[in-house]
Amino acid sequence: MLMFILRRMGIMFLTMLVLTFIVFTMVNLEPNLKKLALEQNNTRMSQQDVEVWLEQEGYRRPLLVRYGEWLGKAVTGDFGDSTRFRMPVNEFLPERIGYTGRLMFWVMITMVPVALAVGILAGMREGSRLDRSLSFFSILTSATPEYVSGIIFTVIFASWLGWLKGVTNVENVTFENFALPVMTMAFYGVGYIARMTRASMAEAMTSQYIRTARLKGLSFPAIVIRHALRNALIAPFTVIMLQFPWLLTGVVISEKLFNYKGFGWSLVEAADNNDIDLLLAISLVSVALVIVTQLISDVGYALLNPRIRVR
Amino acid sequence: MESLSFFGIWGHAFVRFWPVWLALLMVFVLGRLLRRHLGLFGRLFDSRIGSIGLGLVLFWVFTAIFAETVAPFDPLAQFAELKRALPGAVDSGSGQAFLFGGDNLGRDLFSRMVHGSRFVLLIAPAATLIAYLVGISLGLPAAWYGGRVDDVLMFIANLVLAFPVILLFYLLVTPGIRETAIPNVMAGTFFLFPPGFMLLLFYTRYAPRPLVFWPLALLVLVVGGWLYAGLVFDADPLGLVHLQPNELNIFAAVVAASSPGIFRIVRGLALDIKTRDYVAAGQTRNESPWYLMLWEILPNARGPLIVDACLRIGYTTILLGTLGFFGLGLSPESPDWGSMIDQNRSFLRIVPTIVLPQTIALALLVLGLNLLADGLREESLKD
Repeated sequence: MLMFILRRMGIMFLTMLVLTFIVFTMVNLEPNLKKLALEQNNTRMSQQDVEVWLEQEGYRRPLLVRYGEWLGKAVTGDFGDSTRFRMPVNEFLPERIGYTGRLMFWVMITMVPVALAVGILAGMREGSRLDRSLSFFSILTSATPEYVSGIIFTVIFASWLGWLKGVTNVENVTFENFALPVMTMAFYGVGYIARMTRASMAEAMTSQYIRTARLKGLSFPAIVIRHALRNALIAPFTVIMLQFPWLLTGVVISEKLFNYKGFGWSLVEAADNNDIDLLLAISLVSVALVIVTQLISDVGYALLNPRIRVR
Repeated sequence: MESLSFFGIWGHAFVRFWPVWLALLMVFVLGRLLRRHLGLFGRLFDSRIGSIGLGLVLFWVFTAIFAETVAPFDPLAQFAELKRALPGAVDSGSGQAFLFGGDNLGRDLFSRMVHGSRFVLLIAPAATLIAYLVGISLGLPAAWYGGRVDDVLMFIANLVLAFPVILLFYLLVTPGIRETAIPNVMAGTFFLFPPGFMLLLFYTRYAPRPLVFWPLALLVLVVGGWLYAGLVFDADPLGLVHLQPNELNIFAAVVAASSPGIFRIVRGLALDIKTRDYVAAGQTRNESPWYLMLWEILPNARGPLIVDACLRIGYTTILLGTLGFFGLGLSPESPDWGSMIDQNRSFLRIVPTIVLPQTIALALLVLGLNLLADGLREESLKD
């Protein structure tokens, strides 16, 4: 087990190294550097001034040398300065991650119980009318990306009913302005987890030990709660863990849609303004998130299910 | 200003779609009559979910085909007095109504929605197809040979999958990138796969019969070379095949984002199927590895792959919408659904209905594809 985790950590560092190098190369392409120069000074700067500025700021030195410098600093925990926000990345980014963490937390709190309930109810009597309508609901939610559901929810709840607000604010989070982004993100994710839960629940319900329990004369609720659930929830656990990285795209869309200035919003700002250091730090964080959750889901799966052996 | 009533709007919209209804009716009547002879596709008509999905998808396919007839206005034409018009407002010049209202520049939302289906239904299936050929051509050998090849390909696939899609698009789909050779190099690499795949497919099967193989190979080379020249270098001698630089850029980025997922699915299926007896039988006949991969393993993996392809076209539709929503790569006036959502959402407070046509259109198409996938899965499990 330890070897497995260590090897995965090794692959993780290799992945991060390669990815940051790719991002570094992309943001240092000629058109992107010009964009940065124009954004940092004024947009009507002449071609010559751009060249002078790039030379002066050291962007004209060899790519590998500069990547090495960035890497050397990043290893010691210094991620450089954001050109867009004019402050060190280390000051700027953790705060934004905190805001997004709060959003993610509430999304998970609403999404997971709803999805599990839908999946269990649908899967416990496969093929019933309840199963059919809940399955249709899951398909519907996974067919509505955030920019669709977010807008439809805003029209219904903010414009027509006037219950909620369509714009949120990171400093002052209330139910009124925070419910829409949470709903929007949770809605898209519900369907996928619910379908996984349904499949694994339906499979558990056809197994031998459920038949035995039924033959013993146990009531249906007792069978579902005491016998089926425990085995049926292993697969969804993995799926829920793997949702985290996938929520990242949703975070970017919802934060842009509702103007919530968190991690996703920073990504959009950094990419729009070719903010090199900030973009690199953001890619590092997101890649680490993806790989760490994969690792946790693999290890957790092995712990929950004794039949799985990791090598 | 004159305006249509609620029922008037929907009545008119219904009538405008007449070629679509006619085509749908024909498909469903013919499909029901011939369903015994159509295999998996025919059995879709027996499943309710599957028929609803097929209906929704075909609705948008036919809308894209008949867009010129269905749309009352030019999607780019602007009418100054109908800026942000409510649904049903009548244009005094032509006497035609803006059925779903007008956008901020006074363009007809209904016509833009109808024309928007063209972009999606052109790029999404084509990009998925190319991504599939890339995924299959790399996934099969990864599963077959294992070892070093597998490790390297898996590492690359996981690398792309670990990359947040949005960031990938922000880096790959920008006007700046189009000044460099990157989109052309990427598209050039991806478009090598279809002709390569076809050549390999025919070679493994027909190599002992040169009279069959060479005409086929020549056909692939001519058609493939023609499409390749037109799509990648924009140098089609006949002037028929042509992609805008930004469309090529989007195409390459979408293929890059979706082929690693397909690679993993194909690899997983192939790992399972290669242990079957018929593959072992082929090995004892001394068939070449590529023959076994392409003619024994691949056909037996088709069920899950068809279902996944439907889901993936839906996912690509969502990706294209995301690109439009972030204003990446598409021209500002292009009537694609994602850009329309982004441009109109700031006026949501003034006219709430301004954002609805394009959002609902996109959701319906993706819903149709997902239902179709579900119907196909259900029917293929009955075997």
